[in-house]
Amino acid sequence: MSAEQSPLLELDAVSAGYGPVQALSAVSIRVMPGEIVTLIGANGAGKSTLLMTICGDPKPRSGRVLLAGTDIAGLPTHAIMRQGLAQSPEGRRVFPRMTIRENLLMGAETLAEGGDRSAQLDQVFTLFPRLRERLAQRAGTLSGGEQQMLAIGRALMSRPRLLLLDEPSLGLAPLVVRQIFGAIRDLNGKTGLTVLLVEQNANLALRLAHRGYVLVNGRIAMEGTGAELLARPEVRDAYLGGGAPLPPPLPADGPNPA
Amino acid sequence: MIPAAALRDAGLAALVALGLFAPLVGLRTDVSPTGGLFLRTRWADVAIVCGIVFLGRLVLSLWLGQRGLRPSTGPGPWTARLERAGAFVAPVLLGLAVVLPFIPGIGRYELDIGILVLTYVMLGWGLNIVVGLAGLLDLGYVAFYAIGAYSYALLAQYFGLSFWVCLPLAGILAAFWGVLLGFPVLRLRGDYLAIVTLAFGEIIRVVLINWVGLTGGPNGIGGIPRPSFFGLPFSMEGGPGTFAGFFGLEPSPTHRVIFLYYLILGLALLTNWVTIRLRRQPLGRAWEALREDEIACRALGINVTTTKLSAFALGAMFGGFAGAFFATRQAFVSPESFTFIESAIILAIVVLGGLGSQVGVAIAALVMIGGFELFRDLDEWRMLVFGGAMVAIMVLRPRGLVGTRTPTVALGKKRAISGDLVSEGHG
Repeated sequence: MSAEQSPLLELDAVSAGYGPVQALSAVSIRVMPGEIVTLIGANGAGKSTLLMTICGDPKPRSGRVLLAGTDIAGLPTHAIMRQGLAQSPEGRRVFPRMTIRENLLMGAETLAEGGDRSAQLDQVFTLFPRLRERLAQRAGTLSGGEQQMLAIGRALMSRPRLLLLDEPSLGLAPLVVRQIFGAIRDLNGKTGLTVLLVEQNANLALRLAHRGYVLVNGRIAMEGTGAELLARPEVRDAYLGGGAPLPPPLPADGPNPA
Repeated sequence: MIPAAALRDAGLAALVALGLFAPLVGLRTDVSPTGGLFLRTRWADVAIVCGIVFLGRLVLSLWLGQRGLRPSTGPGPWTARLERAGAFVAPVLLGLAVVLPFIPGIGRYELDIGILVLTYVMLGWGLNIVVGLAGLLDLGYVAFYAIGAYSYALLAQYFGLSFWVCLPLAGILAAFWGVLLGFPVLRLRGDYLAIVTLAFGEIIRVVLINWVGLTGGPNGIGGIPRPSFFGLPFSMEGGPGTFAGFFGLEPSPTHRVIFLYYLILGLALLTNWVTIRLRRQPLGRAWEALREDEIACRALGINVTTTKLSAFALGAMFGGFAGAFFATRQAFVSPESFTFIESAIILAIVVLGGLGSQVGVAIAALVMIGGFELFRDLDEWRMLVFGGAMVAIMVLRPRGLVGTRTPTVALGKKRAISGDLVSEGHG
């Protein structure tokens, strides 16, 4: 990434909250094109709020949210989601009584009417072959891991420039989590898709991401490359279970150098 | 050999029955010849009732015990059978509906019931868009029916407009009110939405009663013009400008009834056709997605506001069409026809039919409205039979008569997805 490149997403001193609760205080982050950036932090640190604020729900109280240089902070959620953003929401939120195929097609709803969706469907199936086998099943009958794959696949259907992932590891077995993280890295490596990842699983997230931010009580406490943050003793104490040995690395090669 | 567990279970049920019926049945106050009250005991009756409960419970537990549990994730045998039958039911019903007026033995009375049933089929299909597809619980649907009926009645009375001009206007006006109701309630879901829509239904009715200057209040509006056959009036005189005269037929009052029957059949089928078409379109898919998960919809860039409003408006529009038809058929409207019970019946039709199922709604309307007429001779027992039937349907088929939905898009083979596979309330 060259220095003169402008960020795809930039939050400039964004504050947000719900009612009297101030969840974010003057948060500034940048996501460069082609990067995987992760946001880690404890429960209630404001990670999901940050992601939701980018999507315009809640709206920022102050500060700017710039997508490729344009301020999107004031737009309604549905309009923001048409600017090349896609989100895989926390808790997956697939449509349980609709089929896998219908779920995926819902993801492409923001694209121009009528177009052919087979190219996007193929891309999703290459990434998650298991979804192809279950096209006509109801999404509610899928396992948690498959539902997560569906949620990510659904987000990819709109051909986003920036993919927002909210806790894709939530409630999933470690093996499935590694599969999904592997898929995210493949996607980033092959298509250069920019990813902003919010995670509780700081260890895996930092090893996947090029860069990371640590959010504490609604403020950015630390930032650095994934490897830097992993090495910081404060991070290891707070989010990686102290001196516990690191789990085995992700399959295949390590993260792409930022 | 009767197992001890079954005996114990039956004994327990009998004990509960004893506790209940001893005061209810066993003790009775009667007026004595001297004018005072005295307590009469009827322990023999209590014993009989408890005995019935004991035996009934015993038979039930023995039967259930014998049947055992079938661990299966597939649709039950009944569901499968109904599904197979379902493929024939829709065309057969449609065929029957089309030829009904010409079946020998079908008279004026049967046609009137047919018109009534079809009106409710149409209302059920209209409400199905709001409740079944978009998942917005509307307890005040009758308001749109009323708006449609009064729109036609008032437009005809004050401006002398004909039915064919008023029909689209009634639909548009009802849709307009649907949007108007939609705006304030958009943030509400579930129970809260239900209460507000319930209130809306009542408000419309109360306004109709009290705005005497415009609506005639409780007296209603009479003398509403009957529909013409595309300009040819139905008349017993049989002149050249009338329906009978134009087609060279013997003038008969049945002509108008048959025409009304086909009119409502056409309107109902239009509702069905629009719904089926829309379900394959992005808009219909967005309605269903909205029913499933509103937050996910927003995350996918769906404009939740317009999607909800479109469902409300479209459902209301079909309610308005049905209302205009009602007004022209009755030639008289009054607020009495638009009470809460109407909303409840229409909602019951949608729920009993299996939310979202088109054929299910038609069958439920036939059973509920037709059945209601069928049991007219039972007088006050009618409500009991009716209530019992509804309880029975909900116990035996908790996800509605047709508790499956066919995917709107499928790869290769279309597979119906059984309601048995999903949890209660998610069918």
